[in-house]
Parts: sequence; C-alpha cells; structure tokens
Amino acid sequence: MSVTPTNTITYREAMREAIREALLADERVFLMGEDVGAYGGCFGVSKGLLEEFGPDRIRDTPLSESAFVGAGIGAAMGGMHPIVEVMTVNFCLLALDQIMNNAATITHMSGGQFAIPVVIRMTTGAGRQVAAQHSHSLEGWLAHIPGLKLLAPATLADARGMLGPALEDPNPVLIFEHGSLYNLEGELPVDGGAVEIEHAAIRRPGTDVTLVAYGGTLPTAMTAADELAAAGIDAEVIDLRVLRPLDDAAVIASVSRTHRAVIVDEAWRSGSLAAEVSARIMEQAFYELDAPVARVCSAEVPMPYPRHLEQAALPQPGTVVAEVHRMMGAVDDG
Amino acid sequence: MSAVAPVDREHGLYLLGQMVLVRRFEEKCVELYSASKIRGFMHLSIGEEAVAVGTMQALEPDDAIVATYREHGHALVRGVSAGAIMAEMYGKVEGCSRGRGGSMHLFDAATHFYGGNAIVGGGLPLAVGLALADKLTGRERVTACFFGDGAVAEGEFHECMNLAALWNLPVLFCCENNLYAMGTAIERYESETDLALKAASYEMTAWSVDGMDVLAVEQAAHKAATEVRGGGRPCFLELRTYRFRAHSMYDPDLYRTKEEIERFKQHDPIPALIEQLRAAALLTDEDIERLERDAAERIEAAIEFAEAGTLEPVEDLERFVYYEPAHAEGPTE
Repeated sequence: MSVTPTNTITYREAMREAIREALLADERVFLMGEDVGAYGGCFGVSKGLLEEFGPDRIRDTPLSESAFVGAGIGAAMGGMHPIVEVMTVNFCLLALDQIMNNAATITHMSGGQFAIPVVIRMTTGAGRQVAAQHSHSLEGWLAHIPGLKLLAPATLADARGMLGPALEDPNPVLIFEHGSLYNLEGELPVDGGAVEIEHAAIRRPGTDVTLVAYGGTLPTAMTAADELAAAGIDAEVIDLRVLRPLDDAAVIASVSRTHRAVIVDEAWRSGSLAAEVSARIMEQAFYELDAPVARVCSAEVPMPYPRHLEQAALPQPGTVVAEVHRMMGAVDDG
Repeated sequence: MSAVAPVDREHGLYLLGQMVLVRRFEEKCVELYSASKIRGFMHLSIGEEAVAVGTMQALEPDDAIVATYREHGHALVRGVSAGAIMAEMYGKVEGCSRGRGGSMHLFDAATHFYGGNAIVGGGLPLAVGLALADKLTGRERVTACFFGDGAVAEGEFHECMNLAALWNLPVLFCCENNLYAMGTAIERYESETDLALKAASYEMTAWSVDGMDVLAVEQAAHKAATEVRGGGRPCFLELRTYRFRAHSMYDPDLYRTKEEIERFKQHDPIPALIEQLRAAALLTDEDIERLERDAAERIEAAIEFAEAGTLEPVEDLERFVYYEPAHAEGPTE
C-alpha cells in the first residue's frame, strides 16, 4: 500500500499556503485588506506574506471597507484576480453596497460584458466571547444574492484547496472562514491542492438521519454523530461547502436514503440558510420524509459576551443529539 | 466670458456638434419617454453637455470611464453607438448592455465604458480599483470617474479620495456639481460647499472650472489628465454646471425657482460656444444647420435601430447572472 506523504498543518496555515500558492502561480493575484501586511492578518493568516511578496501584492488598507472591497471589484474588472480580506462578516456590512450593487450585478446589468474574478474572504461565527458586533453568521444574507458564489471551507483540505479555483472563477466568490476553525490541526497531503467548489460532501456516511452542516457547525454535527452512534443511531453528515449555489442534489439524495434531516446552522433561525435548505427538502423530497425537518440554529439574540450565555446561544452537539432522539422517538411513537 | 484661447475651426465645430448631438438626443429621449418607448428612471443632462464633451477630449482610447446614471451624453461622446444606447433604453438585445441595464446602466467594454452606476458614490471604488489594476500591471492609462455633487456627502467619496491619493492611483475624479443632490440644494446638505477644497484636503491636486464653458472644461481636463497620466497621481476636477430639466422624469422640480433656472439658462453652453466661435469668425449659419442636420440624422438612425431591435427571449431571463465566457468573448478576431 502506497502512503501519501502528509504534513501536520492548521486551518490557518492551510489558508496561508493557499494564498501563497495563488500569489506564486499568477501575477494577477494580490491580497489586500485591513492589517494583512505588517500585522500579519487579524487572525494570523497572512503572516510572513508581506516579507515574501512585498507591499504591492500584500496591501494594507485603510479602514475603508467600501473603498477597498469596491477597489477589489474594480481591479477584477481591470484584469486582476484580487483576494480581498474583510476582518469579519460583521464588517462586510460596511461594504455591502459594493458586494450587492456592483459585484453581484454588473455582469448581468452589462449584458454579460464583464467578468468579476474577485475573491472576498472573511471570518465568521462566534465562540470566542467577542460579543454582538464580531460574532454573527450572516452568510445567509449574502447567500440570498444572485450573482455571488459562497464557499464555507470547514476542513483542512477545503481551507487549502478552495481558494485556487475560487480565483479562477470569473464570478465574485465569497469565502467564509469560521473563527473557531483556524486552530484546527491535522494531516494534509504534502501535494494537497485544488478541490472542486460546486458540491456538498458527505463527511460521515450513515443511514438513519441526515445532519446538514457547514463551516463552524461541521464539527458540531460530527460530534453529535459520534454521540448518536454510541446510542445506536447512524447519522450521515453532509457538509454543504458551497452556500450558493446550493447543491440540492446531494442533500436530497441523502435525505432520500435516511428519511430524516436536521439542519445545523449557526445563524439565527428566521430567514436563515437552514430555512432555505429545509424548504428545498420539503419541495423536493416531502414524501421521502419520515418526520418533519428539524433545525438547530442560534438563539435569536445578539451574541452575548459571557461564556455560558454565548454557549447557550449556539448550536451544541447535545442539542443536535436531543433533536434527533426527539425525531426518532416521534416516529417510534407513531 | 471664457479666458480660454479660441480653438481652430474644425475642433470648434466638433465640440459644438457633440454638444448639439447630446442635447438633441436627450430631447428626443423625452419624447420617447412620453410615448412610453423608454421606461424606468431616466436622467437627462440638458444644460450639462459641456461637462461630458469637454472632459472626454482629454481621454485616450485606452482610458477607462466610470459614469453615473446621468450618462447618455458621456456614452455618446465616448463613442458608444447612438443606436446601441437607444436600443438599450428600448430594452432590446441590441442595446449596449443587451437591454438588461436601461438608461441608468450603459456599459460598453469596447470603449472601456464601465457603466452607468446608479448608486450615488458607488462608482468611485470601482474607479479606484480599475486604476489600481493599471498601476499594478504598468498600464499607463487614466480612469475618469464621474459623479455628482451629491456623492461628496457619501462615505465612499471620502474613502476613495483617501485611498486614491494614498496609493498614488491614476484616477481623474470629475465632480459634476449641478448644485442639487436630487432636490436638495448644496448649501442645505454640505457644511463646506467648496468641493475642490475637500478634495485638496486629501493631498490631491484639485480645482474648479466653469462647467458651462466647454473650452474651459476641455483645457482643465487636459491639464488634469496630463497630471494624472504623467505623475500617476489622482486629480480632482469640480465642474460647476446646472441641469435645465428636472432630476428625472418623475421629478416635479418644486425645489427651485423658475427664475433660478432662467438665470442659469443665460449660461447655456451651446449658445455660449456659438457666440465664441462667431466672434472669432469660425462659424456660419450653414455650419449650425449642418450640425443640427447631422445630429438629427444620427438620432433618427438610432431610433430606427432601436425600433428594429429584438426583445430577449424570456427563456434567457436567468442568463448573465454568472459570467458566460463564450458570450463575452464573442467571435474570435
């Protein structure tokens, strides 16, 4: 049996390697954002890149989200393949005009004349006690918008492999990096490279229930699946990976096998991606279901600071397990 | 009266012809709007023709342009075909944006016309980005970014002034100050109404020019574009102008007096240039008739083109949400 050589690597390092490889491979690629250079990135992703690539390609920006996100869009229209880093999804609201009214619309509004090959990366999610202006998961809002593509790498392979194809895509691609994943550590093949960016993935095959997760909730769903296995319930875990356009087929195929679905989403329940996935299951696989689709989302409060309240607000493996038991019990009782 | 030196006859006639074309085109748009051939929001630049005509003279074919929703004139003067512009407003596939954009969203990759942006201030970051791409790739071109006085109150204006100056980006910021942000007079929304002063505070060469005098605009634009091109630094040009018609076809124009409009009409850029050219014995009545006839013929041809155009099949509704490389590249050269 041949053994693929691997490296021990963190999610943060995998992202950095992906950026580095993109910079080396294509002169049109550059990175800009707040503190990506001298500081090394707010979350340390771009540490060392300024020294290696210089200030033209690793550009520290003023705190002007609208200007530098829009400049990324304009530079993409001018033939570059920019990587724009926005510190957190909460800050991207300051650039929403550019993302919505320019990045998402110009290709269509111009009758298909202009490609916009920009990648906008941002941190998302809670779990670090940074309260109500740095913790939210607003991917669902952005997933509402036609013209954008949204990726949520939840594994080391995706952290390493999604950026390259995202930069090659002629459309604006938003990449959401969950803050709790940066220290995730594991083995990656030394030659690990590009992954496809169109499909969801089965992270754990199972037969009794489908847990649908993405980004920061993938570890939650995997832990829940382990606990369920101990109780004799075989859960399948689907990692959405691509939040727009959604890979309906993968979800529907899984639910058609397991006949039950729980969606685990760190966003608020109302108007969420979880709502969208749930609706699509209803529309496309209603008669496959043995129980109503369930959702485990964040409590509908601005994220509180104290750890116990933050944890209470977030989807927890135990909540997912309880939801599955309730669902299975409901069927058994029926 | 302008202190600008008189031009030669040929160029003077060209400038006049361009302004007449824009004026008559816009007037025809009003008729077509009234006839329901054109719908949606439509903003006219009647009275402001010297701005587009004067500034475009300073641009090279490779330069880039980012414009606003009041951009018919800019597109025409830049060389986007009148037929493609009219067809766009008819919502036809033959339009310069395939009919998907309408009056406010004229795009034309061939002439580097990066739109018709209808979010006030929204085009400025794009212009900064286009200029950044040029700087990074070593292309020596200017990106001319048009926006109104209203945009100066937007955060994006200040962010972009700062970024363009900080990074030495070749943007020519062209502020079309027509004294009103839609219906709100500038002294009612700006604490400092000297807009060039605001730009200068970002360490940028900035000056104001009489935007009703096409020769003055042309001269200032040349000076500014030369500085941008040579120094790789942004410049700011405030073009003091006035629109003779309402903000859009929906605007009852209740916020300014008829007397004020009449007063500004005394500075109409077209009669002003005619007078200058006549004074220098560079223009005859026959010239004017010919320019009017040429404009009318071009506009009639544009309308015929638009009328004969086709509507996009509904089956194609969801095309161009994502980029289609084969379509955009078109037939290989």
